[in-house]
Amino acid sequence: MDLNLDAPHSMGTTIIGVTYNGGVVLGADSRTSTGMYVANRASDKITQLTDNVYVCRSGSAADSQVVSDYVRYFLHQHTIQLGQPATVKVAANLIRMLAYNNKNMLQTGLIVGGWDKYEGGKIYGIPLGGTVVEQPFAIGGSGSSYLYGFFDQAWKEDMTKEEAEQLVVKAVSLAIARDGASGGVVRTVIINSEGVTRNFYPGDKLQLWHEELEPQNSLLDILNAAGPEPMAM
Amino acid sequence: MSQSSIDLPPKGGFSFDLCKRNDMLTQKGLKAPSFLKTGTTIVGLIFKDGVILGADTRATEGPIVADKNCEKIHYMAPNIYCCGAGTAADTEAVTDMVSSQLRLHRYQTGQDSRVITALTLLKKHLFGYQGHVSAALVLGGVDITGPHLHTIYPHGSTDTLPFATMGSGSLAAMSVFEAKYKEGLTRDEGIKLVAEAICSGIFNDLGSGSNVDICVITKGHKEYLRNYMEPNPRTYVSSKGYSFTKKTEVLLTKITPLSERVEIVEVAGEAMEE
Repeated sequence: MDLNLDAPHSMGTTIIGVTYNGGVVLGADSRTSTGMYVANRASDKITQLTDNVYVCRSGSAADSQVVSDYVRYFLHQHTIQLGQPATVKVAANLIRMLAYNNKNMLQTGLIVGGWDKYEGGKIYGIPLGGTVVEQPFAIGGSGSSYLYGFFDQAWKEDMTKEEAEQLVVKAVSLAIARDGASGGVVRTVIINSEGVTRNFYPGDKLQLWHEELEPQNSLLDILNAAGPEPMAM
Repeated sequence: MSQSSIDLPPKGGFSFDLCKRNDMLTQKGLKAPSFLKTGTTIVGLIFKDGVILGADTRATEGPIVADKNCEKIHYMAPNIYCCGAGTAADTEAVTDMVSSQLRLHRYQTGQDSRVITALTLLKKHLFGYQGHVSAALVLGGVDITGPHLHTIYPHGSTDTLPFATMGSGSLAAMSVFEAKYKEGLTRDEGIKLVAEAICSGIFNDLGSGSNVDICVITKGHKEYLRNYMEPNPRTYVSSKGYSFTKKTEVLLTKITPLSERVEIVEVAGEAMEE
């Protein structure tokens, strides 16, 4: 078994962005791997760029962190100069400029999602290479390979907020079941005109798929738990 | 006189040309000069009142133990310390550099340093060198916003965690943390857990060994417990001490002052000119 701890920190990952009538739902798993070792089992791959725009990061952890740091800084300046909140399109474009102009040195796929008053909820996918594609839903990361068929069948226009979030959680959970590089917990971020809601679904609370076993209580938990009550007369 | 290529002005920044040459040479079979790697088990955890950092003390040079008692917990600021794994020179240099930058920043701002400042300075530097600065760090401290613990990887990515381990012994130490960590540990429980995790690395990882160093940082106070635990004492020490027979025989002792041997000549002339 090759456990290369010097390998670059990459996020195996499943990331998803979905529009619904009124906003967007972003979802991601939480596994960051270094070679075959899980370096962080509870990472947060959905990063804030502005109050109303978030980005899902995949690929090289370092590259995606630096790109989102730069874009957060540019958007902050832009918001000050513009005098009103930045639009999702501008955020996506800034990311695209960095991703395209440095395509030889960066290895990161991003999904930008947010809500602004002009266009409403929007999702932009920016894969390796620096294309920017506006989509009603976008999937990315190594786990997304297992979701293309699922989304073709399950996605529909004009979902409600609850339907959209359930779809995202189900999809990430399916990808986690099949992709070794995705795992941990499912994090979702819902962005609409009212604001931003963050949700968290621990791995053992997710629905079980084909051939998955029930989560067992760890022997350590049983041993560490309080002993049986003393006998009372 | 012809020039085969136009000399471009240096653009600044790190030149990666030699890295490609080095890779090519290693592929051809040339053994690169080895550098002092720390092997290492380093850990950090957040407890009720702050942060506890821990490290082993073995520095290796390939299979040889170069330093049996080195210091891997580096000072960054009065309220921030950083454990370093990877190439010893890289961790020392990068932590010293950022420590100076933080000090200058403190003079400018007039406020205590924040952990996130150290984090940003380190990650910007490491990302710029694209992983060639082999420093994997566990950064911990307590500032005005509370206790913080971060891990920084050589390529420049960072994670923020309640407990973290790095280095070759990280798997052994992480297994101890995953089994026994809980939120709201007291100071003594935290120190005990950190010592246990480092010992797990010391005894189960070949790249880690010797003693346990611990650093406890709380609001307004820090405690650097150097060699908190020494689980590897020298087993057999001769009580008589060691004496070595003199092998070199002294034949003659004579002192000749140099002025007898050398002629000093004064040159009458002008004073030296550049």
